[in-house]
Amino acid sequence: MEKVLTRNIGADLKPTGLNAYEANGGYQGLRKALAELSPKDCQDVISASNLRGRGGAGFPTGMKWSFVPMGDRCTPGHKYLVCNADEMEPGAFKDRLLMEYDPHQLIEGMILSAYTIGADISYIFIRGEYVVAIQRLRDALAECYAAGYLGDNILGSGFSLKMYVHPSAGRYICGEETALINALEGKRANPRAKPPFPQVSGLWGRPTIVNNVETLCNISHIIYRGADWFNSLGVGEDSGTKMFGVSGRVKNPGCWELPMGTPIREIIEDHAGGMQEGLQLKGFLPGGGSTDFLTHEHLDLAMDYNVIGKAGSRMGTGTMIILDDQTCPVGMVLNLIRFFAHESCGFCTPCRDGLPWSRQVLEDIESGHGQAEDLETLAYQIGYIGAIGNTHCALAPGAMEPLQSALKYFRDDFDRHISGGCCPYHTTRGA
Amino acid sequence: MNDAQMIQTDLDSVLSAEELREIDAELSHVPYKSGAAIDALKIVQARRGWISDQCLQAIAKYLDMSAEELEGIATFYNLIYRRPVGKKVILFCDSVSCWICGCDSIKQKITDVLGVDYGQTTEDNEYSLIPVPCLGACDRAPVMMVGDDLVTHIDEAKIDELFADKTNNSGGNT
Repeated sequence: MEKVLTRNIGADLKPTGLNAYEANGGYQGLRKALAELSPKDCQDVISASNLRGRGGAGFPTGMKWSFVPMGDRCTPGHKYLVCNADEMEPGAFKDRLLMEYDPHQLIEGMILSAYTIGADISYIFIRGEYVVAIQRLRDALAECYAAGYLGDNILGSGFSLKMYVHPSAGRYICGEETALINALEGKRANPRAKPPFPQVSGLWGRPTIVNNVETLCNISHIIYRGADWFNSLGVGEDSGTKMFGVSGRVKNPGCWELPMGTPIREIIEDHAGGMQEGLQLKGFLPGGGSTDFLTHEHLDLAMDYNVIGKAGSRMGTGTMIILDDQTCPVGMVLNLIRFFAHESCGFCTPCRDGLPWSRQVLEDIESGHGQAEDLETLAYQIGYIGAIGNTHCALAPGAMEPLQSALKYFRDDFDRHISGGCCPYHTTRGA
Repeated sequence: MNDAQMIQTDLDSVLSAEELREIDAELSHVPYKSGAAIDALKIVQARRGWISDQCLQAIAKYLDMSAEELEGIATFYNLIYRRPVGKKVILFCDSVSCWICGCDSIKQKITDVLGVDYGQTTEDNEYSLIPVPCLGACDRAPVMMVGDDLVTHIDEAKIDELFADKTNNSGGNT
């Protein structure tokens, strides 16, 4: 398979500086666009490529960009491009890799994206714990300013762009794009009501696009090599390649660039090496902590947005978390709900008060104090908290996804906790 | 001089010239002062390790905000510390992949070795232990950060090695 996003990431895991990046075709996409393509041309290529957002929601990137007012339709002032590098989804570890080992790929994609939407200021909003990535991005930005890829009149084109690295002060909800914008404005990161959408009124009330790291890393390749090439990369319905990851008790946990539509079984068995000795696969979250469990029956599905959606889950970030047969599903869901309850921004009641309630019920069940009616309580909470429209943003409904699917696929385990008055896994979990 | 004036005067001398210079640099690219609130907190914390009440009030005053509003921001974010922390903060990942890979027993081991639980600092002021949301290194679980360093594939032997100079009776406090 052709490597695109990881073409500069070798087995030695050496970071790619400007010289090495340029030597392997780097900044050719930018040179081509500034010399030959109008912003409208770039927009058309990205729309035709069928690139979908790699942050989790899978929204078509070209369509997202198309809502930004252009030319006379835009009032005078700044427009912003923001890279969402706040990788905090439990089980997600793909953007770290892209930023640590090939920071220029992200920066080139951002310059091209800013050119397309007419942005003159851009931010990389990155989680503060990514110390190495922050430093490498800052070094790369300095190289870009020195080489004329950033700043005024880039490569003599008349297009100007400033770019800043903005480390976050830390909160999961900052990954939600309107919450991220509030954090950039120095406020509490409560999500905003939509509309207005950020494309029209985002950072400081100005048109703003927020895209995930991996999404932006694709842009220069698509601009340079075209939409048809990108469409040909996927082996299923979706275009391009994807960073797929596997964590949990498999032989070879890791992250690999593979064609969109790669079967789940191939990712888990061939790339992750299958389960560790003595363990069986019981289920998996296909795309991070806020996606529904899938099980054995789904192993031959393709990792495409719609295919995973039809199976009752979401492709999310594409980084899977494996549940083995000696890890307690109730404990795993409790860990996730505890995370989401802690990271709730506290703005709306179902999330602020509902998630701690779910956590309490699950703690009771896990510790052997559960009652039969607790399962009805959980079902009630799932119906109330999980319904889109009852909450201010998608955090709480996302939290309900692993819970509702655990109750569907691992109901026996919940029952055994309640009838046995203890966690049946503790003997083997060592917890 | 009445009390109010005295507080006023004191607050003006809390932040160092260097801190003010860095905050001013942030102010140069935000449309209104409170837009630099989080940056200002980070600038001061980078030098002092944490944000004291006095620092909070001084920053708020400098940014034309109420201290209450800034407090709401400071306490919202996981990496802004409103209590003193040790020289190095241990950010311990207890999210799902690390949990599956046995982080509960590792955390217990750290508590045994350093004598501190979550939210506590060792008596010698070397380490504070804080849980952190998924550190994005799940393929190398269990993981944690010690200061700026990511420590991967942690097991009990690695904890012994990392904290070899610590005894298990150092005791903890908040």
